Amino acid sequence: MSASPMFNPTDLIRFLPEIILTAMGTSMMVLDPLLNRRESKIYGTLSVATLAAAIVAAICAYSQPGPAFGGMIVVDGFATFFRVLVFGVGILTILPSFSFLKRQQAETSEFHALLLFSIAGQSIMAAANDLIVIFIGLEISSIASYILAGYLRDDKRANEAALKYFLLGSFATGFFLYGVALIYGETGSINLSVVHSVVVGPDAPSAVMVGLAAALMFVGLAFKVSASPFQIWAPDVYQGAPTPVTAFLSAGPKAAAFAIFLRIFMTAFAPIGEAWAPLVWISALLSMTIGNFAALLQNNVKRMLAYSSIGHAGYVMVALAARSEIGTAAVMFYLAAYACMNVGAFAVVSHLSGKDERYQSVEDFAGLAQKQPFVAAMLSIFLFSLIGVPLTGGFFGKFYIFKAALESHLVWLTVLGLLNSAVAAYYYLRILVMMYFRDPGDAALSAEPLTPALSAALILPAIGTLFLGIFPGWVLDFAGRSASLVK
Amino acid sequence: MNLLLLVLLLPAAGFLIALALPRSSPASSRYWALGISLATFLASLALLGWFDRTLAGDQLTVDWLWISSPEIRFHIAADGVSFWLVLLSTFLTPICVLISWDHIQNRVKEFYAFLLLLEFGLVGVFLAQDLFLFYVFWEVSLVPMYFLIGIWGHERRIYAAVKFFLYTMAGSVLMLAAIIYLYNRAGTFGYAAILDQLASGRLLFTPFEQMLLFLAFFVAFAIKVPLFPLHTWLPDAHVEAPTAGSVMLASVMLKMGTFGILHYALPLFPSAARRCAPWIAVLALIGIIYGALVAMVQPNMKKLVAYSSVSHLGFVVLGIFSFTQLGLDGAVYQMLNHGVSTGALFALVGLMYERRHSLAIEDYGGVATAAPWLSTAFLITTLASIGLPLLNNFVGEFLVLQGAALANFTWAVWAALGVILSACYMLWMYQRVFYGELTEKVRSHMPDLNLREWAVVIPLIAMMVWMGVYSKSFLDPVGKTTARVLEQTQVNVSYRVDLRMPQRTEVSRVR
Repeated sequence: MSASPMFNPTDLIRFLPEIILTAMGTSMMVLDPLLNRRESKIYGTLSVATLAAAIVAAICAYSQPGPAFGGMIVVDGFATFFRVLVFGVGILTILPSFSFLKRQQAETSEFHALLLFSIAGQSIMAAANDLIVIFIGLEISSIASYILAGYLRDDKRANEAALKYFLLGSFATGFFLYGVALIYGETGSINLSVVHSVVVGPDAPSAVMVGLAAALMFVGLAFKVSASPFQIWAPDVYQGAPTPVTAFLSAGPKAAAFAIFLRIFMTAFAPIGEAWAPLVWISALLSMTIGNFAALLQNNVKRMLAYSSIGHAGYVMVALAARSEIGTAAVMFYLAAYACMNVGAFAVVSHLSGKDERYQSVEDFAGLAQKQPFVAAMLSIFLFSLIGVPLTGGFFGKFYIFKAALESHLVWLTVLGLLNSAVAAYYYLRILVMMYFRDPGDAALSAEPLTPALSAALILPAIGTLFLGIFPGWVLDFAGRSASLVK
Repeated sequence: MNLLLLVLLLPAAGFLIALALPRSSPASSRYWALGISLATFLASLALLGWFDRTLAGDQLTVDWLWISSPEIRFHIAADGVSFWLVLLSTFLTPICVLISWDHIQNRVKEFYAFLLLLEFGLVGVFLAQDLFLFYVFWEVSLVPMYFLIGIWGHERRIYAAVKFFLYTMAGSVLMLAAIIYLYNRAGTFGYAAILDQLASGRLLFTPFEQMLLFLAFFVAFAIKVPLFPLHTWLPDAHVEAPTAGSVMLASVMLKMGTFGILHYALPLFPSAARRCAPWIAVLALIGIIYGALVAMVQPNMKKLVAYSSVSHLGFVVLGIFSFTQLGLDGAVYQMLNHGVSTGALFALVGLMYERRHSLAIEDYGGVATAAPWLSTAFLITTLASIGLPLLNNFVGEFLVLQGAALANFTWAVWAALGVILSACYMLWMYQRVFYGELTEKVRSHMPDLNLREWAVVIPLIAMMVWMGVYSKSFLDPVGKTTARVLEQTQVNVSYRVDLRMPQRTEVSRVR
């Protein structure tokens, strides 16, 4: 590593999105005492604008791709893809939260500042190429999300969710850090490219120690993406957290965690792929099966979507198990599709849940199609995409994943995964049945009229879902070009 | 503008515009759906002029790149079999619009929108020449039918709709796995290109591989057909669906399965198909006889017709797996026949339900006195369905039986039993419903056909007679295409399915 000047302007451009987010998040905290309560609406608008600016900054940064800060972060297609993805998730989280926070009378600057910090952490994760930077990003993202999960502090369930998330999450981060320490001890470096070259080099450290480090990091990351057998926290946290936060947790941190999963395992640990592949294989199968079968039994929609998100993490693990660039591209595409459909579905849940989230059960969706046909139609698009019906992003996501898996000869995993997706159809259909085939219940009758922000929060992901389903080539081509990571 | 593309895209455009029509004016949706479905039908009739009846292969091709990597093409074309199935779909859609005219009163706009989307999906399934595109249409056709059953069906509609969706989904995910596997081996989704590679021996499967792939495809199709013992979703879906849903389901959707077997499963995996043929033929025979016996004891008219479909579709499968020219021709013709005559039966049962609000046979009796024209139409359809000469089913059943007899005489004997049974259950039902004492309830509720209903019935009956009297006009292009299928399966026309046939030679022969 050559010493680089402290304030290299190119480095700053490559780091611009994080700078924007952090600066804005901090100024919001400062601004809060200066503004009176009635003006608290502006925070939401401000965050959306900030995230939009961050997207532009991320794209600008990509115009000058390359490493920054002595190789600690790398701006490549992969990083840019995930940066834009988590910023997009951020915007789609904030839009439905307008009416949610208003209903709960909880419009404060903290919510938005924490969200921006968390997203900044994820953006760092996306671009990090160094285990310590990855760890810092992970912590920034996680700590902010712990607080967000308990944001409604008078709500018992939210408190439980936050505490559970925090305790288990800290353990997981601990595991991850152990792995980092082992790697540093064995290879003398924390830079992924250096670690990779040492592992394949002539004086490679003992395979057992590297394998152990990989296993420890696997535990930490599997927790973050809620993959089995480290998924236990997810249903409680997803159910307890405020719905917009749940939407965020299910998409943003997960996407970023998968990004570092790929970054670490496809670069530094790629040489010992034979060793960790079975772990991913088992975890993929367990996640799909546990997630989908447990979701069959749920009556609370948030909990059902929590289990479903475990199942979807399982699908993504299938692509990881493929250990190929096609698999990496499939992961990227799937996460984009998943972000659109899942955040969209949660936006509907948030819209319908009413004061103090009274309406969360499947029955509460009864007759929504008669009262608010537009909302029902949008949710149908998201649900069909989650099922994996063609012409939606979810279908192509699954298709690319299982195609990658078959190319790597994972025939059984593919067959079991596809059968799983047939099982999953059942619980998504239950919501559709309620919406279209039943008469309206309390929740549908008392649903608030649509606000422009909420309409945008439904239309944007719906367009995204359909776009990925009808013209998948655009995103897939980009993902394919970005899938070869710097080794 | 390619006419085939027009036939495919008109319903899709119709669907999108139907969504934008005002909810407050149901009439606008009705007239729009009628207009667009008639326009589609006329466009498909015009295809008759463009279609070269002497060609066995694909024609009227449209081939565009849809997705570049992996290469997926929007590639549609018609051959002698799919052409008629497209015509069948476009012919029945306006009829379905008409029979739903008064019957569907709530959420009218959505109903017709879904009907048009269904037509789009079905036409697409028959025309797709790219395996991936085929799968897309296959699934797309599932969604509107799910809503048609679930929203506008009878009491147990939700159970039936979910069962229908899950059954089909479970089958089709296996097919998806097989399609991806094929792609990974062949490097393309193009159906013609894959067949080329198979014929030239560049793509070679071990017998085990071929068997698994064949089964993955076949199970997906067999669920749709439905072949015994995978048929259990069908009676539920049929009984609970609204009339238009039943008609489209029986007449066209079930044909997706048999079309798939004929068009994909056989040419792609010929030796596995031949090895399985005796087993499948036995399942088809069980279906024929079991379906007929169960139909006989049904107290519910719609359920009776539904089980008769299981029986009739057994003939189609038997014909296909006889691997004879006659059997294949008969199977295809029977697909069309069943579409017309069972579609008509469901439509007529639907008309009676609208009048009497009951599907139970015991609630009827003496209808022939109250509504003579309705009864006549029903009688002609019944006779067509049981295979009376000069009406359509006779030709198809005869060909299938002849083909089956060439392959294995015992099959033909058992299948013939099914023909006899079909006469029993249909005529017995006819007797109980239309003859006997006229009760007051039936008399007061049973007006005869009105103008709109005549418009439904006459084209169907005209087709039954035409197809029964002058089958040549249909069978010529069918024969060309089925001959090609037989050639692709490398089976000599006089080939007999024989278990003693040495299996090892097949791979080398393909090479």
